[in-house]
This record gives sequence, C-alpha cells and structure tokens, in this order.
Amino acid sequence: MTFIEFLKTYGPQLANGSVTTVMQTLLAAGLAILIALIAGLMRLSHSRLIYGAATVYIEVFRGTSLLVQLYWIFFVLPLFGLSLEKFTAGFIAVGMNLGAYGAELVRGGILSVPKGQWEAATALSMSPAKMMRRIIFPQAFLNMLPPWGNLLIELLKGTALVALISVADLMFVARKINGVTYLSAQAFGTALIIYYLMSRGLITPFMRWLEGVMTRKLGKA
Amino acid sequence: MRPPTGDYPLRLEDEHIPMVRFQNVTKRYGDLVVLDSLDLDVEEGEMVTIIGPSGSGKTTVLRMLMALEMIDDGVIYLEGEPMTHMVKNGTLIRADKKYLRRQRLNIGMCFQHFNLFPHMTALENCIEAPIQVLGLSKTEAVERARDLLDMVGLLEKSDEHPSRLSGGQKQRVAIARSLAMRPKVMLFDEVTSALDPEVIGEVTQVIRKLVDKHNLTMLMVTHQMGFAREISDRVCFFYDGKIEEQGAPEQLFENPERERTQQFLSAVLEAT
Repeated sequence: MTFIEFLKTYGPQLANGSVTTVMQTLLAAGLAILIALIAGLMRLSHSRLIYGAATVYIEVFRGTSLLVQLYWIFFVLPLFGLSLEKFTAGFIAVGMNLGAYGAELVRGGILSVPKGQWEAATALSMSPAKMMRRIIFPQAFLNMLPPWGNLLIELLKGTALVALISVADLMFVARKINGVTYLSAQAFGTALIIYYLMSRGLITPFMRWLEGVMTRKLGKA
Repeated sequence: MRPPTGDYPLRLEDEHIPMVRFQNVTKRYGDLVVLDSLDLDVEEGEMVTIIGPSGSGKTTVLRMLMALEMIDDGVIYLEGEPMTHMVKNGTLIRADKKYLRRQRLNIGMCFQHFNLFPHMTALENCIEAPIQVLGLSKTEAVERARDLLDMVGLLEKSDEHPSRLSGGQKQRVAIARSLAMRPKVMLFDEVTSALDPEVIGEVTQVIRKLVDKHNLTMLMVTHQMGFAREISDRVCFFYDGKIEEQGAPEQLFENPERERTQQFLSAVLEAT
C-alpha cells in the first residue's frame, strides 16, 4: 500500500480525528486562559487565603503528571459522584493542567509592567480594578504573548493524551489504524505531520499575528 | 491601624490653614531614616522647591504627600484635612484606600521618567483618568485635554504614542495629563533630570507658565539651581531627612547660613 493509497483509505478518519483534536485544543485553551487569569491574579493578592488557594492549585497541577490528572478526572471523580463525559473530561484535564502553567505567565507578565506605570495610575486616583484593566493588563498582555505561544503548543500536544480515555482524537485514530493494519510508520507518521502542521502552521503564525496587532496597538511599532 | 504617636488635631482649625502641612512626619526603610520628624507648611499658591544631596529625602517628601508610600509617624494635612489618616470615632486612624483615592484627586504628580501610558496616544493619556475617575464625558475630557496639550505646545502631537515623542515632549504631555485632573497641588519630582540638556528648557518653560498664570500650589524637587532660584517662592535645603535650611531663593542661594548648605551649593556650582 503506497502512502497515497493509505491517505485515500484512512484520510477521512484521520481528518475526523484532527477535527476532534482541534476542538479539544480550542476548548482546553479557553479553559486554560480563564484559569490562568484567575489564578495569576489570585497569586498577586495580598490576602494569604487567596494567594494560598492559587498556590496550592498551581503546585498540584504543575507538580503531578497530566496523564494521572486525566485519569483522576475521568475514572476517580465518578466515585465521588461527579461523572464527566470522556470528551469533557479530556479538555478539562488539559485545560486545568496548562492553566496552572499559564497562571505563572500571567503573574510574571503583570509584574513585568514597570513600577512607574502603577504609580502614575495611582497618582491619577484610579481604582485597582480600572488600573489593572486599562493600564496594567494591556501592557502585561503583550509581554505575555511569546511564552503563551509556547504554552499553547504544549497544550496541543498534551491533548494527545485524551486518546487514552478513548476520546476519538487524532492520536486515537492513529492508534486504531495501527492496531488494525500494522501500518505503524504511515499511521503515526501522518499523525506526526498533522500535529506539526497544527502547531507550526496554525498556532505559531496566529501568535505572531496577535503580537503584531498588539505591538501596533501599544504604539511600539 | 495604629494611630500616630503624639497629639494631632483631627483637622486644622486655625484661622490660617496651609494648603499642605507635614507634621512630625517620619519615614523609615528598615533602619534607615529617610524623613526625620519633618515639619513643613506649604501655602496656597506657593511654589516651594526642594534641593539637597541624593539620599537626603527630597523625593520621599513628594511620594509621601501623594501617598505612594505610607509614612511611619506623623500626619500630613491637605487643606486642613488629614491626608495620610482619616477620622473615625473621634480619633485619627490610617487612611484606607478609598479615602486616599479621594484625597489624591487634589494632587497631581509628574515623575522623573514621565510614566506615560505607552499604549495610549498623548490625547488618550490625558483623557483616561478624567473619564474613568472623574466621570467626565468623552467630549468634555477631549476638550479639556486639547486645551492643556495646546498650553504645553503639543496639540499637533495629540495622536502620537509616547514612543514617538522626545523626552521633553513626553514630560510636557505628563504635565498636561496631571493638570487634566484639575489638582490643587502639583508635585514635580526631578522632572528634568532624565532629559537631554537641549530640551530641558521646553519643560521649565511650561512650569514657569503655570507659576505665572495659575494659582497652583507647587512642590518641586530639582537639581537645576538656576531654575529653582528664578521660579521659587521658597527653597528648602534637605539634608539627612531634615530641612537643614530654608528661605527665599535669594537668601538661600546668596547668603546660606548653614555650613552644609554652603558646601552643597558650592559643590553644585562647581559642577555646572
């Protein structure tokens, strides 16, 4: 079977798997960004309780394996009465894990805004919420973008683990084809290429574009 | 929430109330005493310049008044009302954030490094706080900002981002931004120190204009002795967290009484 024939036969399945991978990535990324924002801001709080809660969250999710977390969410939570569908469990696990990494990027990005900006906004009597939203965060956001690009690529690759709880993503399809046909090189080779194209062909250009837009918006270009 | 040690009035009720009063103000960083029981009154409409060697606490005076940092002892009054503290149940307690925000509305501050918001144009810098904090409509805020940008000679730069402006232009926008809040007191913290010599004049010219045409109370920290001498109503020489000597500019610059003042002034004159 030539590679062309392989693609003709299994292309549609691989395409379906890819769509699931994209969906998982988008949903997990949305969740990760939300968690990162909340936990990142909590880590800047003066309240020990708020700071502590975020720290525990970040430590747990960064300090343990994503695969174990995925299994916990899918296999263990039902024992406590919380059953999630495999698709939902998949992106929640990936999102919560990468969100913990993202929280530190948010915190770092905010702290990277020069002290003078906070002081100027304080001198203008701005409330903390407005200061954050209108002055600090827009500048922090630009500083954060390059590391977020890396994180989103990590996240895309991390979604491959959801195949292990039978979410029919790209990795799951590749494993299935391999199991049936033993065409390992073709199956996993194609998966490899598709993952690479998604990260280098979609995420990286998108982040570059966003950086360009934000740089222009911040008047630095 | 510890009250200041000693007796302080809840508000100043003398017949004559200064615009700003520092009463027994002390600020420490660890063991280092930056301001040592400072007493200083600034009258309405007065231009007071603070000079002195680095580390003498000059800038700290302005930062304490703007409440960018908290004082360790004493009370600062603004128009007779406590600034660093507030009255609760008949005693002075440390001001909370909300009270400070309200009090800061009376004060404008310009910084050595401008601290313009880089993601906003000159005009946007000037309308941001009037809209967000004072609640002005955009039309009103823009009108006010354009007047001020015109006053500092930068109306044609309204739509430029700070990255496209020179240091002198940035500082003039920063002055306009502060004035857009209509403060009663303006603080200038070494506003020309980060500037190239050839653009210092355009900033001092704006400050001179403010002195001549407005009844603003101003406190300025500067290293430019010539400018200080020409423009101030009073000059305070700071040394070691205290006012070593103060007086009218002619007197302080020409006949300084204290030895430290003489040494400082001759050292500075040597350098220029």
